[in-house]
Amino acid sequence: MTLTERRATIDAAAAPRTTAAPRPVAVGVPRLLYVFAVIGLGLLTLPVLALLVRADWPGVPAAITSPEALSALGLSLRTALAATLLCLLLGVPLAVVLARTSSRVADVVRALVTLPLVLPPTVGGIALLYLLGRRGLVGEQLDLLFGLRIPFTTSAVVIAQAFVALPFLVIAVEGALRSAGDRYEVVAATLGAGRWTVLRRITLPLVGPGLVSGTVLCFARALGEFGATALFAGNSAGVTRTMPLAIYTAFNGAGVTQDSAVALSLLLVAVAVVILVLSRAWRPGGRG
Amino acid sequence: MSDFLEARFAVRRDGFELDLGFAAAQGEVLAVLGPNGAGKSTLLAVLAGLLRPSSGFVRVGDRLLTDVPVRGKPRLVAPEHRAVGLLGQDGLVFPHLTALENVAFGPRSVGMRRGDAPRHAAGWLEAVGLADLAARRPAELSGGQRQRVALARALAAEPQVLLLDEPLAALDVGVAPQLRQLLREQVARTGTTTVLVTHDVLDAVVLADRVLVLDGGAVVDEGPTAQVLAAPRDPFTATMAGVNLVVGEARDGGVRAPDGRHVVGREALEPGGQAAAVFAPSAVAVHTRPPAGGSPRNVWRTHVVALEPGQAVIRVRTAGRPELVAALAPAAVAELGLGEGTEVWLSVKATEVGLHRR
Repeated sequence: MTLTERRATIDAAAAPRTTAAPRPVAVGVPRLLYVFAVIGLGLLTLPVLALLVRADWPGVPAAITSPEALSALGLSLRTALAATLLCLLLGVPLAVVLARTSSRVADVVRALVTLPLVLPPTVGGIALLYLLGRRGLVGEQLDLLFGLRIPFTTSAVVIAQAFVALPFLVIAVEGALRSAGDRYEVVAATLGAGRWTVLRRITLPLVGPGLVSGTVLCFARALGEFGATALFAGNSAGVTRTMPLAIYTAFNGAGVTQDSAVALSLLLVAVAVVILVLSRAWRPGGRG
Repeated sequence: MSDFLEARFAVRRDGFELDLGFAAAQGEVLAVLGPNGAGKSTLLAVLAGLLRPSSGFVRVGDRLLTDVPVRGKPRLVAPEHRAVGLLGQDGLVFPHLTALENVAFGPRSVGMRRGDAPRHAAGWLEAVGLADLAARRPAELSGGQRQRVALARALAAEPQVLLLDEPLAALDVGVAPQLRQLLREQVARTGTTTVLVTHDVLDAVVLADRVLVLDGGAVVDEGPTAQVLAAPRDPFTATMAGVNLVVGEARDGGVRAPDGRHVVGREALEPGGQAAAVFAPSAVAVHTRPPAGGSPRNVWRTHVVALEPGQAVIRVRTAGRPELVAALAPAAVAELGLGEGTEVWLSVKATEVGLHRR
């Protein structure tokens, strides 16, 4: 049987006897992949499910409205917001410069930007101490010249959060800028627009979605930051004890039960879900 | 005549060299034709200030926009200060702004007041026939409409020189002719000095006063459009143009050639003004005695000037102003016994002739 003959046979066998609604056929993926995909999804969602099941629900309202919990939540939101603003102020310029420079230096800088992503946050915390600590490279001078002591203050929390969250913003915005390209900027320039006008009216609006998702990721990362904060800012209630530190403290049973740690965790999960939903709901350039 | 735009420069990169000089008078439309890789886009990039040439200069009016002396410090006016507009194949209408905001972008950028710019822009949108669609975003416009917005936006910035880079190449064949006419009207109305890069001979026919043919990084042919296209000196222009082009006065629904011959086409032209008739050499039938009447067509008596070998055909050049060319199979040439000086009648069906206003 030649290949053509065989194909003819197959065609004949497959010839439809009844009419059915046409359905597009995808190329498909190997079945085995589904198994791993499902396990992967489970790894991501089951822990949160366990948290929900394990929670002592009647005790939750009291736990999350306790003065300690509210103070930690307030501090977390304030510091994460401040860190996000700091990241926007520094990260957007960094992303623009990186996206619009094509030198070897830019490649090196890009690698440096991702450093906090691959570095364990605790190492980041120690590094920040050696830079801004009382005997640190810069911290010593700040103390001598201005009497400024950063470690173990709320400012230290913000700096630690910005340190770990900045790469998320820079990578998201730079990626958006690169895929948008500079063609619109060139046209804008030929229309007589100066560099600031182009940045303000063309470049940034065009990467709006990337900027929003980068900002959301950045805020979420700042909110969840633990390791660098613990080492660089410490764990003092009302000053540097953010939600993750409060949860850790509660879990280790320093005066409270594990139940309140779970309740606080639920609160943080709820905040994260709200952030995700809000960022999805706001889609610039969508149908409207 | 003093030249308004003058450029003379060289661009050398590995394996590529562009070395040319040209000039254009104020309000003139210069078409740059040439095969891919001839350096057309590079030329525009230099004029727009997006590329610094290896040496040479670009002058507009009394402003030296690009000056790269062989020795000495190069000077380059930034794109935003050149007053050189650019409209490409993809008009690149800003997707996040409405049609009106797009057109107002140029005036606003050069400091027109927030209140005045929209009114000014509305006037331009009206000029390109889009007054009703001012509030639409680009995603809600067709390709042709977007290109109109891009044209209005480019003109609203009131450039001293407008660069058109294949402005109709991405449009449907049905839309391109309308926009070509619109370009012609607006460029003429505003008197904007224009450099048009194109591979479509029709763009040059309709829009350009003069043509510059670029091949292998150098100017191989230059002159008034009708002259260059009708009697191409360069093989590229001959194959690309390869058309019969009769430029003359629009009269009696057709075009009156300089030698008095009258050409009718698919549709009748309003009388008055300049027009061009375009038809392929393969559409020209050659007879050795007066052809019998039939469908509406053009018939002219003339004689053979030369027989030239073409690709699988013989190009029969015939006398007149302009000379007209018929493409015949070698067997047909032998059968008719054509030679230099043979008296012939040419006939072309009206449906084969495109008429274009200039």
